[in-house]
Amino acid sequence: MASARKTPKSKYTADRNIPGAFEGETITRRRLMTLTAHGAGAAATMAFTLPVLGFAIGTPVFERPEPIWTPVGTPESFPNDTYVPKVVNMVEGVGEIGKTTAYVRAYNPDIDGPDPVHPFIAVSTRCMHLGCPVRYVDAAKRFICPCHGGVYDVRGDVTGGPPVRPLDRFYVRLRNGQVEVGPRYSVNSELDIFPSYRDPGQDLDGIGQYLYPGRFSTPRREK
Amino acid sequence: MKLPKLPAPPLPEALQPSPPRPGADKPKKPLEQAKEAGISAVDWVDERTALSGSLRWMLFRKVPKGTNWFYTLGSASMFAFLSQAMTGVFLAMYYRPDAAGGAYESVRHLTNEVFLGEFVRGMHRWGSSVMVILVFLHMGRTFFFGAYKYPRELNWIIGVVLLILTMTMSFTGYLLPFDQRSYWATVVGVNINGTGPHLGPYLSDFLRGGAEFNATTLPRFYAIHMLLVPGAIAAMIGAHLYLVARQGTTAPPWLKAEPDENLRTDEV
Repeated sequence: MASARKTPKSKYTADRNIPGAFEGETITRRRLMTLTAHGAGAAATMAFTLPVLGFAIGTPVFERPEPIWTPVGTPESFPNDTYVPKVVNMVEGVGEIGKTTAYVRAYNPDIDGPDPVHPFIAVSTRCMHLGCPVRYVDAAKRFICPCHGGVYDVRGDVTGGPPVRPLDRFYVRLRNGQVEVGPRYSVNSELDIFPSYRDPGQDLDGIGQYLYPGRFSTPRREK
Repeated sequence: MKLPKLPAPPLPEALQPSPPRPGADKPKKPLEQAKEAGISAVDWVDERTALSGSLRWMLFRKVPKGTNWFYTLGSASMFAFLSQAMTGVFLAMYYRPDAAGGAYESVRHLTNEVFLGEFVRGMHRWGSSVMVILVFLHMGRTFFFGAYKYPRELNWIIGVVLLILTMTMSFTGYLLPFDQRSYWATVVGVNINGTGPHLGPYLSDFLRGGAEFNATTLPRFYAIHMLLVPGAIAAMIGAHLYLVARQGTTAPPWLKAEPDENLRTDEV
């Protein structure tokens, strides 16, 4: 047996004295049938597994819903030194849980620097530690999170606690004399804009922006 | 006036019991007949499935000396799972995974108004904690008794998968009552998932069914909680038990092997 194992069998079935072998045939009929049966089984399994996986993953990961713009008031109703809380819609058709609070104020060069990105600043209440809702305390000029003690200054920059980046913001536009609050965007500690907003807990400084890639559905970071 | 009692009419010949044959056994009593009927029913199944061999292999195993109450933690975990499965199936008869308020309302209804609803929901709610505690105790037993060592490493790995699946059940089940606590715990939990590098963001989008908590998040959690993970747990428990039956259990570490005098030898 040992010597039989040493000399490899010929790959041609004819050389192996298999009855009915054809000239140049390299695969036995038994092997062909085995592979066909396994292949058919694999194809049948894939035929129902791949569609349901795509069904479960496709829309959540690759599609982004249409932006929703919520009118929140006239431009005059927003001061530039403190925030006005406004309820905005993020998701339609789920009642209360589709809404969130945005803190809105007018652009202020003393706080926001010389170049306005938007004439109004709308800051998200979603804490950048793990997503609890922060509130703005005017006396301290701070956003404070009730869960694990995250603290942010008036620009939304982290001044204390576990959050990894400044508070998200919302795009703001003016339509029909109304300030409208739209989709969310994320910022890093330089307040650079990341249009594909990241979940809380995902750092966007240094290596963080590569560890936590944006969604496939949104364009790359604006420069 | 008292009527005279008439004799019963005679049975037709076909229904009359035949007289016992000489030398035959005495007629069976009803209890013995019932016993025999049971045995023959079991025999009928066994003749067609040969299950008795597998059952004997599974149930009549040799166990080492020193086996003690700690060895029941695995069975306890399994019965906790069975209790969760049973109560969960029946809770599903009243639950409605509707994020726009129907979910909370259905849980309120089944807890406050359905007969035994509070009890069955309580079994499921507290049973989940019991199951997690039992699974951890079982894991601790395996660790401290050294029962994870060769050749049982694969069973340890399956056990770790079962632990993760159990935690997944706890996480997805927590959202279903859909009150403030459920909602915010899920927001935080999904965000913790999202902090995993590279794949985390996609995992949290997959869990939520999108970039924001939306109308499909609750049905998604419900499907994972009641269909996907329980099936996986049941299959994994099967593999876990098969390996236990195949490899046997270990003796506790404080038990020294008894020296066999026959094996002693002065020769080197």
